[in-house]
Amino acid sequence: MSDPRNEWPLWEVFIRGQHGLSHRHVGSLHAADAEGALKNARDVYTRRNEGLSIWVVEAAQITASSPSDKGPLYEPAESKVYRHPTFFDIPDEVGAM
Amino acid sequence: MYAQMVKSEASQEDPEKLAAFQKRIDANEKIEPKDWMPEGYRKTLIRQIGQHAHSEIVGQLPEGNWITRAPTLERKAILLAKVQDEAGHGLYLYCAAETLGVSRDELTEMLLDGRMKYSSIFNYPTLTWADMGAVGWLVDGAAIMNQVPLQRTSYGPYARAMVRICKEESFHQRQGFDIMMKMANGTPAQKQMAQDALNRIWFPALMMFGPSDKDSVHSSQSMAWKIKMNTNDELRQKFVDQTAPQAEYLGLTVPDETLAWNDEKGGYDFAEPDWSEFHDVIQGNGPCNADRLEARNRAWNDNAWVREGMMAHAAKKRAQKVAAQ
Repeated sequence: MSDPRNEWPLWEVFIRGQHGLSHRHVGSLHAADAEGALKNARDVYTRRNEGLSIWVVEAAQITASSPSDKGPLYEPAESKVYRHPTFFDIPDEVGAM
Repeated sequence: MYAQMVKSEASQEDPEKLAAFQKRIDANEKIEPKDWMPEGYRKTLIRQIGQHAHSEIVGQLPEGNWITRAPTLERKAILLAKVQDEAGHGLYLYCAAETLGVSRDELTEMLLDGRMKYSSIFNYPTLTWADMGAVGWLVDGAAIMNQVPLQRTSYGPYARAMVRICKEESFHQRQGFDIMMKMANGTPAQKQMAQDALNRIWFPALMMFGPSDKDSVHSSQSMAWKIKMNTNDELRQKFVDQTAPQAEYLGLTVPDETLAWNDEKGGYDFAEPDWSEFHDVIQGNGPCNADRLEARNRAWNDNAWVREGMMAHAAKKRAQKVAAQ
């Protein structure tokens, strides 16, 4: 059994596909450090011109919400239907709004 | 297929939780890493995705065998790109498996000591350049048959890896068919070489789908969980129906005298592969099993100093940065 402390850490990879789009999560990979992760991301995730820019973040640095918190986490938004424009009836004669 | 005879595990959990889980699967909801899942689902997926990943990695060896001997610089560049894709596919899949709580090193070690398998197909040798054509056309063709439906599998990270892989896989099959076309239209000796490759690879390619459904004991639970989307026989039939006319186009003969179109069933009748050979290869007795495992073990052991050296270098740089602050 190899020593788990010697395993290269896991990095999450985000790629901007085109000008004007935000970076998007594409997958993960292992690398010893950030520069290595960038180089590996280039080889693993952009072999067909998929990206203009790459971000890598060590997976251990990411804080994620838990699926079981889904209810309490999003409940405040559910009760505020007036945040959507369709909540308001605007008469047809007013025109586009 | 790339994952053959994956043993599925029964689950002993609370029936209410299991029923709620099955309801999510039936509603085509994707299961994500942090969601509750039955232990059997998790273990079966680790086995299946791991075996699939190992197949991609070991699958580089038979083709890597011809990189230095490709007939032209263009063919060499194409083959190199194809083999690099296989490495990439292995990496996507390992990452998907790791979201289930197994580490990369554990997966690697289970391949190296034989606890985990890879597809039987990669235990056959690649004897001539025509094998590069037949492998791309038939082996990648069979892989596509299985991987396209797996894009809809219930486990989110696995499904997403499949989407990415399927986008790239079509290049693999087409470059193989392109080699076959060139050789089938070449000199009589080249055509004979293409025919010989088809003769040797046809039945091993049919074995990739795994044993016949009547002998396949692991299917029903995996299909209920949507980690297996079609039965082995369904996929094999589909593969033969697609491939037989392509062989005809090439002017080559499928090495099966019983192969014939059956109007009634709307598909070809064909001979089953020799299943005793399949089980023998799975047990480790194929022509190249020992070579393949030896090559992977050597790569892992001989390059340990690189992995360790890079970790030491990263640690040193981190320490310097802290000292400078």
